[in-house]
Amino acid sequence: MTAIGSRSSAEPVAFPGARRPDRSRRVDAFGVGLAVVEWGEPDAPPLLLAHGGFDFAGTFDVFAPLLADAGWRVVSWDHRGHGDSDHSALYAWHADVRDALAVLDSIGPRPLPIVAHSKGGGVCMQLAEARPHRVSRFVNVDGLPSKWRHPDVAEHERTKLLDSELSGWLDWRRKTAELARKAGTAEELAERRGRMNPRLSREWLRYLVSVGARRDADGWRWKLDPSLRFGGFGPWRPDWSLERMRAFPAPLLAVLGLVEEEMGWGTRPEAVEPFLPRGSRVVAYEDSGHFLHIEHPQRIANLVLEFVS
Amino acid sequence: MGALQLRHNKVLLALHELESRGGPPLLFLHGLGERAPAETPSELRGWPGAVYALDFTGHGESTVPSGGGYTAEVLMADVDAALAHLGSATLVGEGLGAYVALLCAGARPKLVRGAVLCDGPGLAGGGARPGTPQIALPEPAAVAPPDPFALLELGTDVRPPDYASSFVRQATHLSGLERPIFVCAVERPDWLAAVLAEPGVEACELDDALAQCAAVAVRERAR
Repeated sequence: MTAIGSRSSAEPVAFPGARRPDRSRRVDAFGVGLAVVEWGEPDAPPLLLAHGGFDFAGTFDVFAPLLADAGWRVVSWDHRGHGDSDHSALYAWHADVRDALAVLDSIGPRPLPIVAHSKGGGVCMQLAEARPHRVSRFVNVDGLPSKWRHPDVAEHERTKLLDSELSGWLDWRRKTAELARKAGTAEELAERRGRMNPRLSREWLRYLVSVGARRDADGWRWKLDPSLRFGGFGPWRPDWSLERMRAFPAPLLAVLGLVEEEMGWGTRPEAVEPFLPRGSRVVAYEDSGHFLHIEHPQRIANLVLEFVS
Repeated sequence: MGALQLRHNKVLLALHELESRGGPPLLFLHGLGERAPAETPSELRGWPGAVYALDFTGHGESTVPSGGGYTAEVLMADVDAALAHLGSATLVGEGLGAYVALLCAGARPKLVRGAVLCDGPGLAGGGARPGTPQIALPEPAAVAPPDPFALLELGTDVRPPDYASSFVRQATHLSGLERPIFVCAVERPDWLAAVLAEPGVEACELDDALAQCAAVAVRERAR
């Protein structure tokens, strides 16, 4: 384990309640180096915390200390291509699940609670389904799937839409070798992220730049692999995960933020309730968007602590 | 002859020129765990133009990346990197290569001048729906290439029939070809049965498919 100071890009700007992790280490996931961080006492009971797509573990800098201060060893990691983890040649859902298992293995064999946001929620639910004996409780923070929303369009319109999606993706793949993230001032990076996180304060976004971006000679850059792209297409259907949810192997708490926004999945309680396993609980907030643990860290921490204790 | 190296994101792909004569190019796509053949397969010798074969990511002389993460869609982009070099091509795919050829025909309908789907390793993939969730871990003794992660992940990827059909429709509506897809495979996993059920797709012998593709490609080139 190394002290955290050496891996920071710069001194974090101050943000109320934010605390950098107490320890950092790397886990080798079949040649992909994953940056793992921990808050709390090393011998406290462990809890695994997973971020969502296009985020990084530093987005837990306020939320994770609240769990750590309540007596948990909170372990999180940057997904491949995100934060301080290696950029890999290939990205796929099943690779993220395997990476999550590598992090879990680095903690130990005993079952532990998992708290996971957004895409991290989906990835870790699959991890729990594949390794039921490793997970004691599960909190999914706005990462439950909901049924595909097909636009109600005529067949020839759909062909055009799919064509622009497919050719757009391939055109972009042709350029990925030369892509670099756009450099800018710290303020510009905060503003860009604000477009995807419209409900989060400028002060918080500015804090994230200081802990999650790097300073190059020509300016600041987010560390995210430029070959990762929002949206996309593929054979996967959310219905499949929904239908399997009845058999989910651990007690499940699902938290939903009902204010729709760019990064959210728009999942409504009534859409998932028919699929929930017995004994699970859904808590939905009308006053929160997708990043509930950032909008209301203490509220979500209390909810999690009550559920996992 | 040394292979051409094409960059696809962080991967260097090997594109082998098996037959260098002028005329419309044919691109051969190998099956799961295989690699480009050393010379033109005998059944393709009658092709009136150049014959190329691509090593997919993690196969043959192409880069074997760390940590897996394979999808058929990324292999489709491998083929698109070859199409960027060749301009356009008729695709002949075996097994996994047949599925990838279908995806390309739908996603690059103007560049793919016929896709011929043949038997080969990895034709079925993981079936029409996901089974019990698994985490694929490679055998410690496995030596790449082929990348053991490619074998695991592209042998278990889900290939829904309606997903395959949507690529056929893209090819049918946008390629301008009377018959953009030819099914020569005897094995018919669900996705391929769905392809065959689409209007304008028929099962035929490889010789027949190649003759039809060649006639169209030569005519288009003369224009």
